[in-house]
Amino acid sequence: MKASWSLWGWPLVIAVVSALGLVGGLVGDGGWDWLGWIGLGVPCGAAAWFGLRRGRARDAR
Amino acid sequence: MSARTLRAWSWLHKWSSLASTVFLLVLCVTGLPLVFHHEIGRWLGTQVIAPTLPAGTPRVTLDRVMAAAKARFPAKVGMYVSQEPGDDTIWYVTMGDAPSSTTDLKQVAVDARTGAALAEPALDRGLMFVLREIHVDLFAGAWGKLFLGFMGLLMLVAIVSGVVLYAPFMRKRRFGDVRRDRSPRVKWLDLHNLLGIVSLTWAIVVGATGVVNTWADLVIGHWRDHQMATLLAHYRGQPPVTFPGSLETAVANARAREPDMTIAFIAFPGTSFSSAHHYGVFLRGRTALTGRLVHPVLVDAATGEVTTSAAPPWTLTALLLSQPLHFGDFGGLPLQWLWAALDVITIVVLGSGLYLWLGRRGPVRQVLAADLRRAGR
Repeated sequence: MKASWSLWGWPLVIAVVSALGLVGGLVGDGGWDWLGWIGLGVPCGAAAWFGLRRGRARDAR
Repeated sequence: MSARTLRAWSWLHKWSSLASTVFLLVLCVTGLPLVFHHEIGRWLGTQVIAPTLPAGTPRVTLDRVMAAAKARFPAKVGMYVSQEPGDDTIWYVTMGDAPSSTTDLKQVAVDARTGAALAEPALDRGLMFVLREIHVDLFAGAWGKLFLGFMGLLMLVAIVSGVVLYAPFMRKRRFGDVRRDRSPRVKWLDLHNLLGIVSLTWAIVVGATGVVNTWADLVIGHWRDHQMATLLAHYRGQPPVTFPGSLETAVANARAREPDMTIAFIAFPGTSFSSAHHYGVFLRGRTALTGRLVHPVLVDAATGEVTTSAAPPWTLTALLLSQPLHFGDFGGLPLQWLWAALDVITIVVLGSGLYLWLGRRGPVRQVLAADLRRAGR
């Protein structure tokens, strides 16, 4: 179980947050739009953070 | 996962991706500017802007709007009249040689307050038109649309199989770990996995809603030929209306029937969205969600009386709700930029996938084998 959380934990969180953002953004304006921006900002942020950072990869090999 | 199942999933991922990658790249590249089509339209000057008049300036009748459009194209007949959501200052009148025309359509933008023709937005030329046509059907009509829908289905297969394959490659490694100190192919393998998994939900949603959109004509055709045909059974056998009566009266009666709604568009008799005897007045709600949905009111084009006001079938509702989730136009400019970013991420996933396949005989093979051996343990 532990291995599967360490493998799927973050992907699952990102998937759920994105889904909340998509649905939330759709149902309303104003505060709901913020939910959309945050929900889809998370996958973009994760892509940028892990995809663009330099070094620090050696320890995790 | 046994070596056998792993091989089966790899096979599925490889072939579903290979068959669709080129088309998906075309969709991503053409879709990127389409996310900003309003902004680009404004920038290119192709978007019509109504002059500023005091709020509450009275509106002219729709019959005058039609007369203004007709003056521009006397040989053509009305097909659709529509308004953009949130802007009731301009009516867009679409005209054709016949109500059922699909080519050589013209549009006239008419000021709703003065009845003056403001512009003739180009429906069949310009950069955005070309991009949209490529994106929708590759300039290949209904079959092109269904073909792209099939490519979308392959994309969904590639996504699901890709998620299954994520496990063996990432087991016992930290989330987001990209091995930059190894060969470029190993780095790109890790980036492919990372970007694929973070954009998962978005890619599934945009892919699936894109597929649903390719069925739009079928859904509308089914609605017209079945539900609407049943409601209008007693009109069967009557000759089609050739000179429809006052549009203003028809629309006023439709609005009186559904006073809480506003106009999305009006379809003339004989178009895909109406019958041979009716104006189809499509109303929308006023909230963020109901504003996306349409409620058809069918008005007898000869008498101007409402024949029926019925909620559309759930298939049409599902289609309309899937559209914003494909276009990304429901959360203002910030959401459009996020949509664009996720589109670019998808392009990188597609490109890196292709790159990994092209280099499959190179050193990446040993790394893959080692990753998979470790996962098998």
